[in-house]
Formats: sequence, C-alpha cells, structure tokens
Amino acid sequence: MSNKGDSDLNYITASCSIFEGKVSKSGQQLFGDTATDVSAFLLAVYQHFGLNYPKFYKMDNLCKLGWLASEVLLKDSFDSQKYRPEEVGLVLANRNSSLDDDIKYFETIQNGASPSLFVYTLPNIVIGEICIRNNFKGEHTFYIQDEFNAEFIAGQVNYLLDNDILQTCICGWVDILGDNYKAVLFLVEKQNEGNLLFSSGNMRKIFGNTSV
Amino acid sequence: MSSMHGKDVFVVADNLFTPLGKTTTENFSNLKQGISAVTEHIDGAISPNPFFAALFDKDAFSTDNQHTKFEQLLIASIADALRQSGLNASDEKTVFILSSTKGNISLLETEKDTPGLQERISLSASAKLIAEHFGFINKPVVISNACVSGVVAIITGMRLLRKGQYENAVITGADIISEFILSGFQSFQALTAGICKPFDKNRDGLNLGEGAGTVILSSNPQYSGNIKALGGGISNDANHISGPSRTGKELSFAIGQALKDAGISANDIDFISAHGTATPYNDEMEANAISLSGLENGPLNSLKANYGHTLGAAGLIESIISVQSLKEGLVLPTMGFEEKGTTKPVNICSSLLQMEAKNFLKTASGFGGCNAAIVFGK
Repeated sequence: MSNKGDSDLNYITASCSIFEGKVSKSGQQLFGDTATDVSAFLLAVYQHFGLNYPKFYKMDNLCKLGWLASEVLLKDSFDSQKYRPEEVGLVLANRNSSLDDDIKYFETIQNGASPSLFVYTLPNIVIGEICIRNNFKGEHTFYIQDEFNAEFIAGQVNYLLDNDILQTCICGWVDILGDNYKAVLFLVEKQNEGNLLFSSGNMRKIFGNTSV
Repeated sequence: MSSMHGKDVFVVADNLFTPLGKTTTENFSNLKQGISAVTEHIDGAISPNPFFAALFDKDAFSTDNQHTKFEQLLIASIADALRQSGLNASDEKTVFILSSTKGNISLLETEKDTPGLQERISLSASAKLIAEHFGFINKPVVISNACVSGVVAIITGMRLLRKGQYENAVITGADIISEFILSGFQSFQALTAGICKPFDKNRDGLNLGEGAGTVILSSNPQYSGNIKALGGGISNDANHISGPSRTGKELSFAIGQALKDAGISANDIDFISAHGTATPYNDEMEANAISLSGLENGPLNSLKANYGHTLGAAGLIESIISVQSLKEGLVLPTMGFEEKGTTKPVNICSSLLQMEAKNFLKTASGFGGCNAAIVFGK
C-alpha cells in the first residue's frame, strides 16, 4: 500500500466530469457549451446526450448535475447484468450540501412552503435519484467535505469492495451553489484489464487541481 | 480478541443532551418514568399554527458570537462524553465524526444571505469550530445522509477503528428545529396534531424533536469488558425519494448485512430499537422489514413519542439509550402505542420490560430511500 486508504485490488473503469461548461468522460471531452446560466447548461447536457427521463425536470440542480454525470459515466461502461442491485453502491461528497436548493426552498416559505422543493433539501437525494434510475440498492453514504478528500473516499470505497459489502461503487464529488458547479464521478470495479488503479493519487489527477 | 473484520470496537462513554436531560443517565431516568418532551408550542416566529414538538427551552442556550445553538448543543454533548471517557481529544489516534441533516440552516432565517453566510452555514464550518474547541487534530468526518445520518456515523466510526486507521472515535450528531424544517414537514403534511403514536393503528404522522447524542468508541483492548459495536449495514430502496419501500425488503437487507457483519443471527437479537416515526408508511415498511428478517417476536420500541423525530441525531440518541438498556437490563416501552396497526404483526414493547439482554438491533430509514441498521452487544 502506497498511501493511506489505497488498495491494489480495485480499478477505475470509467470517470466523468462536468465542470466549467464541459462534459468529459474518461479524459475525453464529449460536450461543451458556453451558456452561463447553470440551469440552461444542465438542460443542454441532457439534450445533447439524448436522454429521456421526465423526472429530470422535477429535480433540483444538485440532482440534475449528479444524475447527468452518472448517466454519462455509466453509458457504454457499465454492464448492469454483471451485478445484483445490492452489489452496487455510491459514496459521494460535496462542500455545499443541498444549500443551492435550501435557499430556493426558504424563499417559498412566506407564500406557502413548497413540498417539491423541500424534498431536495438533503444532499443524499442525488444518491436516491441515481439509485431509482438504475435500481441500485447497495450501501451508500453522503459526506460533507470542505474540499475533495480523495484519501478518505478511497479508504471508504476500498473498505466496501475489499469486504465484499459491494462489488462495484460509484464515488466522487457533486457540488453546486448558484452558478458554481463541479461533478467528478468514478466507476470503481474489481477488474484490472487495461484500467487505472483506484488510488487517491489517480482520483486527484482526474479531479484536477481547480478548486470548486 | 478480534472479529473477522478486524479489531473489536467498544463503547467507552456516551452523552445525550436533549429536552429530557443533559446526560444519558438523566435521559434514561426520565424515559423510565414515561416522560415525553413533546408538547404543544405556539410560536409565531417559526410556525403560523400551533404544533407539537420536543424542543429545548428558549433560554437553554446563551447568545454566543462564536458558536450557534447547533454548535453549543454539540459542544455540551461532546464535553460530557469526553469528560467521562478521560480521553485526550488531541490524540492523533482520535477521529471526530459529526452527523446532521440541516446543521445551521436556521441562519438563513435570521441572517442576510451572503457568501460569508453560506460558508458559515456549511457543516464543515461547524465541524472545524468544534474540532478547534476540543483540540481534535485529525480532519473531521462529516456525514449528512438524511435520517440515517446518526446510524451511518456510528458504522463509519466502527469501521475506521476496525481497520486500525484510528484507535478512538468521538461520534456526535444533532439537529435543531426551526422554521425551515418545521415548514417543510408541514408542507408534506407529515406532522400529527398531537403526540405521535408509533406503530399504532391510529398513527397519522410524526413530531419533530431537537437534541444531540455523542458516543465514544475505541478499539483499545483496555475496554474489552464494555459493550461492543458489532456490525452495521446500509441500503437504498431505489423506489421513491420521499416515500419508503412498499415491501421493506431493502431495510431487511440492511438488517441482514448488520447481522452478518456482527457474526450473529436473528435469534441472537434480544430487542429492537426501531425508527418508528409514526407515519403510516414508515411504520408499515419497518414492520414488513422486521418480519422479513425473522425478528417479529423480538420486543421492539420506538422513542419518537418521547423525543420526537430528532432527524440526523435520532440514530445516535436511540442507539445510546439502547446501550443504556443493555447496561440496566431494562427495555423501554413505546409511548403512544395502543393498538396493533401494521399488516405484519411485530412485538411492540408497551410497558417497561426487565430483560438481561445481550444484543440489540437499531434501525433507521430516511428520505432518499436510505436505510441503516446497527447491532450492539455485550
């Protein structure tokens, strides 16, 4: 073991990042848009990838961002036949929890609180949305971190995989507040053919040095 | 002795800081007497209509420029647990874990929305201030996973100790109730008009509550006579973001994972501390899950009519009370329960039960389809 939390058994089989108007998958940019309004950008991503999921329109921006990243991550990379629903899980983190939606919900209180906004005032709802879409039923946790802590997430995910609590895990960062957003997701599996070792160093490299 | 997953993990000390008391002993004593902290509140500042909830007195926390009510509550709870444990917070082998659903969200109600405020509201900011207060040196771990946060925090701490990354974990959780949370549950029509009735035929909603719980775990063999955190499991319903599974299969899966992790079977569980929010759907789902797990005969309680639903703290508060039950050989009754009201019958504990219990199961579920289960034992 080179680093605290690293394992030599698990591999990054795909990654996806959505950041600064660009969508990239496993290092390759697939889409770019100059829209400055984040809602318009998220809709442009949805349309560009030809997604058809009416629930998308109900989601808050945190869920839209995380859900879009998971769709791009899994498309053509994830073989759902290989795993039982309970063998797939998620470990996500961000800085601003659900504050983006919290502020919008709070503005509605005086004129009749909106249940459809209130339901998104928890950061783990994005995990719920990804689980519903894909029928993932395994372990999941949402952490709040002031900055992306690759060592900690690697340690948690390796524990789940190495103890056979999960067979595959989607992990990473999904954060949004106003017009600032960043999602970087990793698909981690126990296979190594031609794939990148799941290590905190490799996660950091893919995540980039740009702060949120 | 070590379990198959690494080092054994022991409960060293705990605290409950709630409207029912400032220590675990004080809380347990009030619960034994059947006292509820849920009362009617008329407070135009947080609700246009009267409501029932378990809240601290308005003057319970002083105005403090440095720490909010949420942070003062956590500090009070952690300080008592640390004092009892005799542990040195600034030991490099000690990790600090914080769980909450909404933390300082009430600042949105009283302060101007600025980037500085947004920073101040974040759970990381609270974790940092509390860590500085006690002198914890490792980076705090912060969990916000709806109403399973407290149980997930204990499971996370247990695992970090098992694999030897740390030796001690100070695990704390709290939520406070303000207009933000109250209005949301009101908009969901999830609140009952009186004191809630967990698992009862006439249950029709929950009460909200505020409070904090802290448990200190250690893998140090010097505590080997203490109660152990034996195993945990977490699952997702993959069904609906604001309603539980219809079948309870997913919570049952988490229970199965917790038992497997603990290396025991359903027969070894002496009692169950349920989530039991007293909403029609939660309790029905939970009864299904408990029955599916072969635990329908085990005495089960819910403390929601005593404490209300303390959200991210509930799993910690109810686990700590149940650890006290193991120590005192007393399983607490489910206040508010009168008549069986779930499709699958479960054994609701309705009066104080003397029992030399060895192991108990704690369950929790929440928005986002999350479920968690943890087993403690002697």
